[in-house]
Amino acid sequence: MSIMKRHTILEKNSLLLTVSILVVVSIGGLVEIVPLFYLKSTIEKVEGMRPYTPLELAGREIYVREGCYVCHSQMIRPMRDEIDRYGHYSLAAESMYDRPFQWGSKRSGPDLARVGGKYSDQWHMEHLINPQAVVPASIMPGYPHIAERDLEVNVVRETLRTHQFLGVPYSQEKIDNALADLRAQANPDSEGVDALLERYPKAVVSDFDGDTSRLTEMDALIAYLQMLGTLVDFSIYDNKANLR
Amino acid sequence: MSAAMNSHKTMTIGEGGLLAFIVVGGLTSLVVAGRALDTPMQIHSFIFALAAVLAGIAVLKRYYDRPAELPPQEIDGLPNYNMGIVKFLTVISVFWGVVGFLVGLIISLQLAWPALNFDFEYVAFSRLRPVHTSAVIFAFGGNVLLATSFYVVQKTCRARLAGELAPWFVAIGYNLFIVIAATGYVLGVTQSKEYAEPEWYADLWLTIVWVVYLLVFLGTLWKRKEPHIYVANWFYLAFIVTIAMLHIVNNLTIPVSIFSSKSVIVWSGIQDAMVQWWYGHNAVGFFLTAGFLAIMYYFIPKRAERPVYSYRLSIVHFWSLIFIYIWAGPHHLHYTAVPQWAQTLGMTFSIMLWMPSWGGMINGLMTLSGAWDKLRTDPVLRMMVVSVAFYGMSTFEGPLMSVRAVNSLSHYTDWTIGHVHSGAMGWVGYISFGALYCLVPWLWNRKALYSEKLVSWHFWLSTIGIVLYITSMWVAGIMQGLMWRAYTELGFLQFAFIETVEAMHPFYVIRALGGLLFVLGSFVMAYNIYMTIRHGEREEPTREAAPGMVPAE
Repeated sequence: MSIMKRHTILEKNSLLLTVSILVVVSIGGLVEIVPLFYLKSTIEKVEGMRPYTPLELAGREIYVREGCYVCHSQMIRPMRDEIDRYGHYSLAAESMYDRPFQWGSKRSGPDLARVGGKYSDQWHMEHLINPQAVVPASIMPGYPHIAERDLEVNVVRETLRTHQFLGVPYSQEKIDNALADLRAQANPDSEGVDALLERYPKAVVSDFDGDTSRLTEMDALIAYLQMLGTLVDFSIYDNKANLR
Repeated sequence: MSAAMNSHKTMTIGEGGLLAFIVVGGLTSLVVAGRALDTPMQIHSFIFALAAVLAGIAVLKRYYDRPAELPPQEIDGLPNYNMGIVKFLTVISVFWGVVGFLVGLIISLQLAWPALNFDFEYVAFSRLRPVHTSAVIFAFGGNVLLATSFYVVQKTCRARLAGELAPWFVAIGYNLFIVIAATGYVLGVTQSKEYAEPEWYADLWLTIVWVVYLLVFLGTLWKRKEPHIYVANWFYLAFIVTIAMLHIVNNLTIPVSIFSSKSVIVWSGIQDAMVQWWYGHNAVGFFLTAGFLAIMYYFIPKRAERPVYSYRLSIVHFWSLIFIYIWAGPHHLHYTAVPQWAQTLGMTFSIMLWMPSWGGMINGLMTLSGAWDKLRTDPVLRMMVVSVAFYGMSTFEGPLMSVRAVNSLSHYTDWTIGHVHSGAMGWVGYISFGALYCLVPWLWNRKALYSEKLVSWHFWLSTIGIVLYITSMWVAGIMQGLMWRAYTELGFLQFAFIETVEAMHPFYVIRALGGLLFVLGSFVMAYNIYMTIRHGEREEPTREAAPGMVPAE
C-alpha cells in the first residue's frame, strides 16, 4: 500500500513528524473553540448581569481557594428534576464574568448555581463552620478558619484592574472605589451603601457574619454565595429569543 | 580531582548557561520573596530560591568532580547510554506512586467519615483532592513517562541521551514543579481548573521545563543510529508536543501582580469551560493514553520477546487516535450552557474514538501471539496484559458515557469517578508497574527481580482493590443518578439531596477498602523494588549490541 510506504518519510524525519502531529492535534480544538468567540448565539441576551462586587469577587476567591468546586457544581442542566430541585437551568450569560468558570464536574454536594437567597446568612455561617450541626448527615468538611480570618484586601484594586484589562466592564470609578465598596457591602449602616448599589445593582448588603466590627473571609464568602444565580431577571427572560 | 590538575578543563556552554540561569532565577526568587503580597507566594519563592542554591552547588560540584573529557557517545562501538537519569526517575516514580495512592486512600476515607477532615484547613478534602489527582497523574505518571521515555528513546535510537545537564534539569525541574503544585494546593493556591490547578508561576516554570524536555527528546532522535523512528517514540512525541499546546492555552493567565500568587484567566465562562475540558480530556488522551501507549509499544514486545503485532495497525492507530481524541472534550459539558453543536461534535468523536482505542488494544494484546504461555510464568507480563485489557474496558465505557442520554444519568455522579479509576489504576497503573518491574533489573544489572511471588501478590491485591473500587462506584453512581431524578406518584421529587448522600455511605466504605488494597499492593512493589536494587543478584552487563525494536511487516 503506497500510503503506508510513504509513512516512512515521517518515520525518518523527526521535525516533519513533530509538525505533522501538531497540525493533526490542532484541528479539533480550532473547530470547537474558535466559533464560541464569534457566534453571537453562544451567549444569550439577558437583563441583569453585572460584574461581581469587590466583596463578592473576594468571596469567590475563597470559594476557589478552598476547592468548593471539587464537590459542588454551578451548572443546572435543563432537566425536569434539576429545575425542580435547583431552579431555572443555567444560562451561558450567567457565567460571562466568571474567570475561571465554576461549573464543576461532580456533585458530592448539591448544585450551588442558584443558592443565593435560599438560606439565611446565619445558616451559611453555621453551616460553613460546622456542616453537621445544621445538616447531620452531611459529609462536608468544616471550615472554621474562614470565620476567624480577616479578609486580605491588599490586591483588591489590582484584581479589578486585571479583570478590566481582560474586558470585564469595571469602570475606572469602580476600581477607584473598590475598597470602599468592599467595606460598604458588609456593613448596612455605612455611608457608602447607596453608591455601591448604584455601581452594582442588586448587590446584597448585610453584616454577613453578624459582626460589623470586623471584615472576615466569612463576610466575603457569604456575600458571594448569596448572589449566586440571582442576577438575571427571569420574569422578562425570553427563552424563544435565544433559541440556539 | 581538582580543577587545577586539569588545566584544560573548561565549562561547557550547558554548564555555564545553566549556572547563569540558576543565578538569575535564584535572585529573582529572592526579590519576589522579599516583596511577596501573600504568604504562599513568599513560601514558594523561598522554595525556588533554595532550589536555585542547591542546584547551583550541584552543578559546580559536578563540574569540579568530572574528568575534563565529557562522557563519550560510544564505547567500543556501542552506545554509551545515560542510565543514571533513568534510575533517578524510576526511584522517584515509585516514591510518588506510594504517596499519591496514600493521599487517595485518605480522601476516600474522608468521604466515608467526614470527621477525618479534622476541621483543619490544610487537610480538608477539598484541598487534598487535587493533591491526590496531581500526585498520581503528574508526579507518579509523569515521572514514569520521563523515565521510560528517556530509556526507550536511547535504546530505540541506539544513541546516548542528548545533553548532559539538560536531562537532569528536566527531571529535577519537573519534580520541583510537583512540589510547588502540591504545597500550593494545601496552602490554598489554585486556579480551580481541574488537573491544571497550579497558579501562573508554576505553569510558567513547567513550560520552561517542558520545552527543554522536548529538546532533549528531539535531540536524541537527531542522533539516532536507526534509520526509522520507532513507533513508541511517535507516541512520546505526540504526548510531549500536545501537552505543551494544551498546557499553554489552558493556562493563559494574567497575574494580578508578579508578587502575588493570584492570577486572572484570559478565558471566561463558557469559553473557559470549553478550553478547560479540551485540556482536561486531552490530559487523559495525551498524558494518560498516548504516553502510556508508548510504554505499551516498547515494554510489551520487549518482555514477550515478540515483535509488535501489526506495523500497519500502529500507523492507523497512531494518527486516528491523536486526530480524534482532541475533539472529545465537550462530552464533559453535556446539557450545560455550551452550545449543542459543540456537545454533539464532542459526543460523535468520542464514539468514534472507540475504534482507534481498540485498535491499539488489539495491537498490544496480539503482540502476545505465540507467547501467551508466558502469562502463566511471568507475573510482570501478566500485569501489562491485564493493563491493556483494562484499557479496552475503559475505552469502551468512555464512549458509552459520552452518549448524551447516558451522560444525563452519569454526569456529576460517582460513576465518572469509577470510570476514571478503572482507567487510572487498571490501565495507567498496571502498565507503569509493569514497566518499572522491567526497568529495575535492566538498569541495575540484576538477573531478576528480588521476588516474582511478590509481584503476584501486588497483582492480586491491587486487582481485587480495583474491582471493589469500580463496582462500588458503578452501583453508587447509577443509584445516585436515579435517586436525583426519582419522582413520587404525586409528582414531587422523591429524595432530598441529603438522602442521596446518606445512601452513598456503604459504597464509599467499600471504595476505601478497594483503595486500601491498592495502596498495600504499592507497598509490596516498593519493597520488592528496593530489595532488587539493594540485594538483587548481580548480572554482568551484556556488551553485545541488542537488536533494535523491529515492528512486524
